[in-house]
Parts: sequence; C-alpha cells; structure tokens
Amino acid sequence: MTLLEESIRELSRRLRDREVSAVQLAQEALARAEELDPALGAFLRLTPELALDAAAAADRRLQEDPDGCSILCGIPVAYKDVVCTKGVETTAASRILRGFVPPYSATVVDRLSALGVVALGKLNCDEFAMGSSNENSAYQVTRNPWDPERVAGGSSGGSAVAVAARLACVTLGSDTGGSIRLPASFSGVVGVKPTYGRVSRYGLIAFASSLDQIGPLSKTVEDAALVLTAIAGQDPRDSTSVQAPVDGFLNELRNGVRGLHLGIPREYLEVGLDAGVRAVFEQSVRTLEGLGAVVEEVSLPTTEYALSAYYVIAPAEASSNLARMDGVRFGPGFTDAVTLQEAYERARHEGFGDEVRRRVTLGTYALSSGYYDAYYLRAQKVRTLVAQDFDRAFAQVDAIISPVAPTAAFRLGERTADPMAMYATDVLTLPANLAGIAGVSVPAGFADGLPVGLQVLGPYLGEAVCLRVAQSLETEAGVWNKLPPLALSSQ
Amino acid sequence: MSAIPGSRWEAVIGLEVHAQLLTKSKMFCSCRADYLGLPPNSNTCPVCLGLPGALPVINEEGVRLTLLTALALNCEIPEFTKFDRKNYFYPDLPKGYQISQYDLPLSRDGWLKFEAEGREVQAGITRVHLEEDTGTLHHAGEIQNSAFSLVDLNRAGVPLMEIVGEPDLRTPAEARAYLAALRQLLIYIGVNDGNMEEGSLRCDANISLRPVGAEALGVKVEIKNMNSFRSVLRALDYELGRQRVVLDEGGKLIQETRGWSELEQRTVSQRSKEEAQEYRYFPEPDLPPLLISRAQVEEVRARLPELPTARRVRFQSQYGLADEQALLLTARPADSQYFEGVVALGVSPQLAANWQLGDLQGLCNAANLPIEKCLVSPSALAELLQLVEGQRVTAKVAKEVLARSFESGESPAEMVRREGRGQVSDVAEITAMVDQVLVQSAKAASDYQAGNDRALGALVGAVMAMSKGRADQKIVNQLLRERLPRPGD
Repeated sequence: MTLLEESIRELSRRLRDREVSAVQLAQEALARAEELDPALGAFLRLTPELALDAAAAADRRLQEDPDGCSILCGIPVAYKDVVCTKGVETTAASRILRGFVPPYSATVVDRLSALGVVALGKLNCDEFAMGSSNENSAYQVTRNPWDPERVAGGSSGGSAVAVAARLACVTLGSDTGGSIRLPASFSGVVGVKPTYGRVSRYGLIAFASSLDQIGPLSKTVEDAALVLTAIAGQDPRDSTSVQAPVDGFLNELRNGVRGLHLGIPREYLEVGLDAGVRAVFEQSVRTLEGLGAVVEEVSLPTTEYALSAYYVIAPAEASSNLARMDGVRFGPGFTDAVTLQEAYERARHEGFGDEVRRRVTLGTYALSSGYYDAYYLRAQKVRTLVAQDFDRAFAQVDAIISPVAPTAAFRLGERTADPMAMYATDVLTLPANLAGIAGVSVPAGFADGLPVGLQVLGPYLGEAVCLRVAQSLETEAGVWNKLPPLALSSQ
Repeated sequence: MSAIPGSRWEAVIGLEVHAQLLTKSKMFCSCRADYLGLPPNSNTCPVCLGLPGALPVINEEGVRLTLLTALALNCEIPEFTKFDRKNYFYPDLPKGYQISQYDLPLSRDGWLKFEAEGREVQAGITRVHLEEDTGTLHHAGEIQNSAFSLVDLNRAGVPLMEIVGEPDLRTPAEARAYLAALRQLLIYIGVNDGNMEEGSLRCDANISLRPVGAEALGVKVEIKNMNSFRSVLRALDYELGRQRVVLDEGGKLIQETRGWSELEQRTVSQRSKEEAQEYRYFPEPDLPPLLISRAQVEEVRARLPELPTARRVRFQSQYGLADEQALLLTARPADSQYFEGVVALGVSPQLAANWQLGDLQGLCNAANLPIEKCLVSPSALAELLQLVEGQRVTAKVAKEVLARSFESGESPAEMVRREGRGQVSDVAEITAMVDQVLVQSAKAASDYQAGNDRALGALVGAVMAMSKGRADQKIVNQLLRERLPRPGD
C-alpha cells in the first residue's frame, strides 16, 4: 500500500493533520518512479530537487496556515511534456526541442504552483502530441501497466500511466482528438477533456490550436474535478479562453443521475466495437439505468465524416504551428549548412519523427492554393455539421455516453505500420474536439484483463454533468482502486 | 488620359504602404513598440520570440489606430473581421508565419484626395488591414556572400498597418504626391511618425503600362526597397522607361518582383511569378474573430482630428490667409498648432503667419530644427508680435531680438524691455535726431531736394541708425519730407 493510492481529499487531510509531510510524500513518489518507471517509461525526466523544494515550501504553508491552504497543497503532480515549465527542459517528446528550457511556465502550471502542488517531472507522450499509442515519442515508448506488451494509448500516455501506476497523484495531459480520454481508458484512469476555451492553452506547445485542450488525469472523478476547478477559468494570455463559472464541477458531483437523460449515439455503435468493449459498455448502461438515468438513442449522422475532417484540420494547423521549429532559436541548429534552405531542411528532417513529418506534409498540402477549398474549407464545413449534430442531440439529452475507443489497449507495434488503422483509434473521441464540447473518460470495467473506459460527453461548458455521470458510474463500477501489475513495488 | 510623353503608353501605378503604428506596445504582446536604439533582442518576450506555447493577444489600440486610419481614408468598416496566418519561412519571422489579415480586412473601399501637378486627384484605397512586423537581419557584409546573419527580434510583432491603394495613379509624380498626402494624413491623425529612412513608413509599388485608351491592364511589376520619396520617384521613372523600351521593341514583360537599387539607380529582378511564395493563408486559430460594433466605429470617429485639407480650407476662411500660406501652415500638425497658439493670444493672423513662415521658419531651417522644438514658444512670439502691432517696437528691432531669442531661449519681449529697445514715437525726440542728421548729411539733403529719391532712403537710414533702430520710421519719413520740401510737393 502506497500513499499514492489515496485520493487527493484523503492525502490533503493527512498533510493537514501532519500524519505525513509533503516532503515524505514527494520522496515516496520519487522513489516509486525510480523503481517502477524504467519498466513503464512514463517520465521523460524527473526533477527531484525542484520537487523536494516545492514540497518543503508546501510543508511550511501547511504549518503556517493549514486552513488557508488549497486542498492541492503538497499533492504530487506531473506534466505532459508539451506543457511548458520554466527552467525545466520541455521537448514535446521531439528531438527538435531537445535542450529547450522555457523561460516561462504555462498558465496551468503557474496556477497549480501557486496552490502549492509538488511537480515531480515531465511525462512522455507522442511527439508533439501526434499519435494514439505513445509510440511516436522520439525518446521512449510508454508501456501499459496492465500489460507491458501493450500500448499506453496516446498521446498523453505518460500522463495516464503515471497515475495508473501510482507514480503521481494526478497529472495533466492534452487532448486534441482523444489524447487524454484514450490513454485514460487504456490505462484505467479518469481523464477529462474540458470544453474548448475552458482551460488556458498559454504555454501548451500547440499541435492544433483550435482543438487542443489541457485536462487532468486522475484516479478518481473527484480528483479530476478538484484539479479542473484549479486550472479552469479565463486567462488574459489566451484569447480563446472563456469566462464562465467553474464551481459546478464539485458542487454537482454527487447529485447522481436520477432523471438525467443520457443519449447513446447510434452511429458510435457501428464502428466495429470489440466484443469485450461492447460488453463493458452495455454493463455501464445497465448500471446507469439502475441508478435512475433515462437512456435513449440519439443520432450524430456526420460521425462518418468527422475522422476525415479532423485529419485535414489538425494537420493543417500543425503544419503552421510547427513552422517555428526551424532550428534558428532553439533545437539543434545547423550552422555548417551552406544555404538557409539546407539549414531548415536538416533541422526539420532530423528533428521531426515520421508521424510529425507525415502530418506536416498533409497539412501543408491541405492549405496550398488550389487545394484549400477542397480540403481545409470543406473540412471546416464538416466541422460545423458535427457541431450541429451535437447541438441537436443535446436538445434531446443531458449527456451522451459511448465507449472511448473501439478496442482496449492494443499490442505495441500492432498499428504503427498502418496510419489509417491508428487514426481510426480516435473515431469516437475526436468529434468532441471538432465540436469543442466537454468529455470525460471514466474506468468502467475490464475486457480480457484490460481496462475499458466509458466516455461521457456533455454540451458546451457541460463538464459538471459529465463529471456527475462519471462519478455515479465510478461508485458503482468499483474498478478505480484496482492496481495494475506494474504498479506493485517490491518495497 | 496621360500618355508617357512621346509614347503611346500610359502608366498604371498602385502603391502598397506599410506603416508602423504609434502604439505603446507590440501588436500581440506587451513589449515596447518603440524598439529603436535598444540592444539586440532585448525588447522580446515568449510571444514575439515565437517560443513554443506562447499565444498572441490583440492590442486594442492597434485596432483603434487602424480604424482611425480607415475612417480618415473614407473606408467601409465591416462588422466582422479576423486575423489570418501568412505562412513562410525566414529567419526574421520567428513563428514561421505572420499574423495578418487575408480575405476579411478591418476596412476596404476608401479614397484619398490630393493635389498633383497642379490638379486634384482622387485615388481609391482597396483596403487597410492590420498585421505584425518582422524582426531584422544583420548580415556580415552583403547578403549573398555573408558568412553569417544575425537575427534581431526587437521589431518582431510591432503593429504594422498595410494600406493598399487602387491602381489609380498615372505618373511617378502622381504616385509621389499620393504618398506625400498619405504620409501627411497618417502624421495628422497620430498613427505613424512618417519616417521613411528608419522604415516606420515603407512603400512598395505596382506598375504596368498599357496603350493609351486601353481598359485592360498590362503585365505588372512590383517594386520593393524604396525608402525615400526620391527613390519612389526615381524607381518608378526608371521602371516606366525600362518597360516602355521592352514594349516598344515588341518584347514581352514578365510579372515579377524587382528591387530598387539605390547604388545602381535601377531596378533588379528578385523573383518571378513562377517563384512566387505560397503563403497558405488560413484563419488564425489563436485569435477569435474581431467584431467591430457600430458604437466602436463612432467612438473612433469622434477621435478623428481635423484632416489636412479641411484645416487648410479653414485657415483660409477663418484667418483670411492666402492659399500658399495656408498650405505651409498646415503642412504638419505642429506647424498649425504653433500658428494657432500665436493667434490665440490675440495676434493678427496675417502678422503671425508672416513672422512664423518668414523669420522664424528661416531660423528653424538654418538650424535644421522643427518649429515645435525651437526655443521660441508660441507665447513668446505672440508677446513680441503684440509689441510690433502696438508700434512699441520696430520691425527691425523685433527681427534682431527674435534671432537672439532663438539662440538663447530668452523671452524676446523681455529683451526689448530690459535693453530699452522700445520704439520711439515722440515727435520732438525724433525731430532733434532728424535735424542733427540734416546737418551731418547736407549733401544727401540737397541731392534729395534736387530730385534724387534714393537720397531720402540714406537719410532715413541715418536717423534709424542714430536711434538704434527704435525710431518710428513713418514719423522719420514724414519729418524729413517736411524739412526738405521739393518743388513738386
């Protein structure tokens, strides 16, 4: 039994009651990471000195003003490596950013630091968050703690695994097409993709600016709600962030689902679901009905076009966002190049991995004159239709439930040779990004010993209802506290 | 019709003007917009360095100044506008794209009236939009063979307004006059400092030729690198001649971009249409669309100051000034402000205009000083001119005192008082001096009486000298004539 198995609320109580100090907690987390992570590959780098300094500072705050401290004070966290951390190397799991030490922190990091969290280090992910399996990191593969021969899911694989293996209490990931919800489902943790604009993107290394959102991954729905409350809210440094109250996440958490209308999108069950995934989903539906929810069918007819639209829009934005990786100001420069063109080509050819180059190429093509209307513009029209689908559905139901992905975690290497098969992994998650709505993945059960999550989608700014449904299922499903084999310490 | 003299061709010219806006901060971050003279890369932050994860935030004053310009240029301002990304790689462009505006600019369809070659011309304004400036590169020697280039991003992100003119200009002189009028307007409304040498105002030109009377446009050439009015005029003259020779010889022009070489005094091909950049414009996802309310437009309109033409007309009617004087006094807002500052203190407008444009401007020109920076304040000049008007100081003394005041900053009126240089109008006092002069200059007196008019001037001068310039010249004249009656009188 490790302290890292406890919920934030319980850990915070123990810290306040001085049953344990923040330094002890940080030491335990760091020791677990030292011992267990070599087999998992969740962390790209640990920052023990900074963590222990932050823990010592948290202890002082807890001593001086225990009642004035945030519930997050002294809680060990870790950040996906696409989130900028001042003074700590941030690479987005790419060679091209090796050695990049941001002179500033992301707004989410600033907000959590101000509350006294203890950051342990930076987490592995797919390069620039492009991938569904975490096999696209330039540095290492992150393995699934339930079966090390299987993928962690991507792109926030390190974020999910660090929580699943109880290396950190809570982590932040980013979700552009399912990058929080998918690894959360594959690793058996809670993952929240907030409404677009809910959480500041300032300091998030952009993949696709109009789709990216930062969100928490955690053991429990309440932990996620606590962290979301802390990081959500308008940020003057992100013009796409929205002004909206954030108190509903916790207040409404235990209101149950009695009388809530939950929609099952007909089209989401027609994507070739694995039998095990289907079984877990059907069990979840029965559970929620048993709790008093009214479950009905809804239709999201544009679903079959969403994947194609996404893989035009996201690469198009990425091709522009990644243009700043030119080897001039950071990353490996090529001062021996004869021409400027050669310096650019070498920096970007040697700096980017295959999948990133593929998407940059796709996106460049989609934005080129003569192709813009046929690809980018048409994809944007599909995007509008996808959003309208959800609008119609949410006029009918309070929330939408579905599987997170057609399968549980697949084997390492299984889809790396077939980009289309890999892209199809996101078919049930990316429509929410196109529509900009909220989504949660919550552990719902197991298929052949592998965790399977339930996806709950809510309307724009509808995190509270998603969390409510997720909380109800979490309580009944009783799987959140099951430990994966690779989380077991020999200590 | 305005054929190129001696040819059957007509030139068609349109200018694209880039103007840095006089905001406090950059367009999308809080770094200073005034970057000149700062150590390289010191005026930067994660946003304008284009660091991963940094996001732009719109500088609202930049939007207001662009709207102000659009209104001054009689443009339409749509309610919906947005920013777009213009993608290309260059080391002075840290993000790999410039935030600009593509298909929905802040304003469009305006016009500018100006005078060129003695007649009034109206040229259309296609659009006025907002974007960000790039950094600057410093090459080791010439760009082609420099061993390295240094990147300075102090300028990156400075608000830049692009004013695209319609191809309504027909001669290089007209283009120059358009640019001058536009520059004057921008300075008037306080959005730009008009400094072409330092690049806060830049001009590119599109020029093509077509047969006189034709509607269709010829093949156009874009000219860059013109950093003064003179280079605009010379580059267009050169290019017009070059194109004319090609066409007269039956050759074909290609659509291309050419740079003006100040050194060689000619345009040099930079890239052809085939090599044209593919900018892959798309809407900037980091910035929400801008909705410009009508109330906001009216708010900006209320900030619109009097424009040069209106002021010139008013100066003529309100102050009774001649056209030329009104033109000179409204050349720059500072000139008008100085003039109106003097007049506001009760000086007659004609006297104020004469002295400002005459003596004071002459002193300023000699010292290479704009009038607003000179040591003689409008109130100081007004006090002096009131003494002139009240005949308490002679023009001669006033000029001399003004020149010294220009150097020292001392009040000229105070100098007159302290030095006892007030005008002498006492007839008895002047009569005494006249009589003394007539004794000393008996020859001049008899010459005058013999019919030599110029001799009177010498006598007046002698009296004035005796009075150290203080004697009322009218009285001197009158007394001399009385003393030296001539047969014809």
